[in-house]
Amino acid sequence: MKFGILVNEGPYNHQAADTAYQFAKAALEKGHEIHRVFFYHDGVNNATKLTEPPQDDRHIVNRWSKMAEEHGVDLVVCVAAGLRRGIVDDNLAPGFRISGLGQLVETGIQADRTVTFGD
Amino acid sequence: MLHIVNKSPSERNTLDSCLRMAKKGSTILLIEDGVYGATKGGVAENKLKAAMADVKVYALWPDLEARGMQDSVIDGIEQVDYNGFVDLVVADKNVQSWL
Amino acid sequence: MTESTGGIDMDEDSSGTVKKFAFVNRKAPYGTIYALESLEVVLISAAFDQDVSLVFADDGVYELKKGQATKAVGMKNFSPTYRALEGYDIEKLFVEKESMEARGLTVDDLVVPVEVLTSEEMATLLDEQDVVLSF
Repeated sequence: MKFGILVNEGPYNHQAADTAYQFAKAALEKGHEIHRVFFYHDGVNNATKLTEPPQDDRHIVNRWSKMAEEHGVDLVVCVAAGLRRGIVDDNLAPGFRISGLGQLVETGIQADRTVTFGD
Repeated sequence: MLHIVNKSPSERNTLDSCLRMAKKGSTILLIEDGVYGATKGGVAENKLKAAMADVKVYALWPDLEARGMQDSVIDGIEQVDYNGFVDLVVADKNVQSWL
Repeated sequence: MTESTGGIDMDEDSSGTVKKFAFVNRKAPYGTIYALESLEVVLISAAFDQDVSLVFADDGVYELKKGQATKAVGMKNFSPTYRALEGYDIEKLFVEKESMEARGLTVDDLVVPVEVLTSEEMATLLDEQDVVLSF
């Protein structure tokens, strides 16, 4: 089955980014496809390469990048929400790309299920 | 339909709204702070037990365990991990997160 | 339009698929950004010719309250945008009766005409959707 995932909260502040990741990871391990992970609202903060958590904490941004690298998952950051919060191409972590909100609607159309993670 | 609730019922009215607008025969999955709703002695215990006549309720055990609530889950609530979460999304034709 | 829709050519990519989309609004305006950014997705969705419904429940009903004046808080008043939705062919706006009444509001207090549904009717509406995006 093809999943779309919407992440509406930033990393560390809210568990949504962690739950979304665990869900996506489980779905991939079960042989499903992740059509796209779309980052919206403060969720765009999942995409900044400037993130440096303490060494004993999980690295949420790198986790996404690794998922993109290993499974070809399309990680899309909303351009409007990103610009509002200072997330631009210059500080984008590997595997992420910036695009329009239409990508979210398109995922809703293309994916069999779209699951939202947020506050 | 699968309804996902991630708010503690003692802080927010999300579970109430979900129960009010969930069709008979649908499924509710409690995750994140929502798992407090699945616990004995919590504010949602009685209404959730009553609702379980019409809806099937699951709770995400990694979230129960993280919060130390794994031993006080209401009887009849089934626990799933992230794999089970994926299966629940697959099983129903649509899904709503009650943010 | 291609920029706002993420460079997607609608004629090719949506390939005629029409899904039922519901945007569920349960949060008040201004206190958090969710209501405003939800509206931005709704406007974009119009370009994809989908079957779009907007649902207002709980504090989301406050998004439609008449008389919003945001000059003193220094934020943009986006409530007039709800009146513009009709121009985008987004005409299905539903308010949950219980939520509206619990807030002491009637349809006369709202900036746009809406259809008022009971919780039970709302449950049926939500159950019929293909994609439910909540903000």
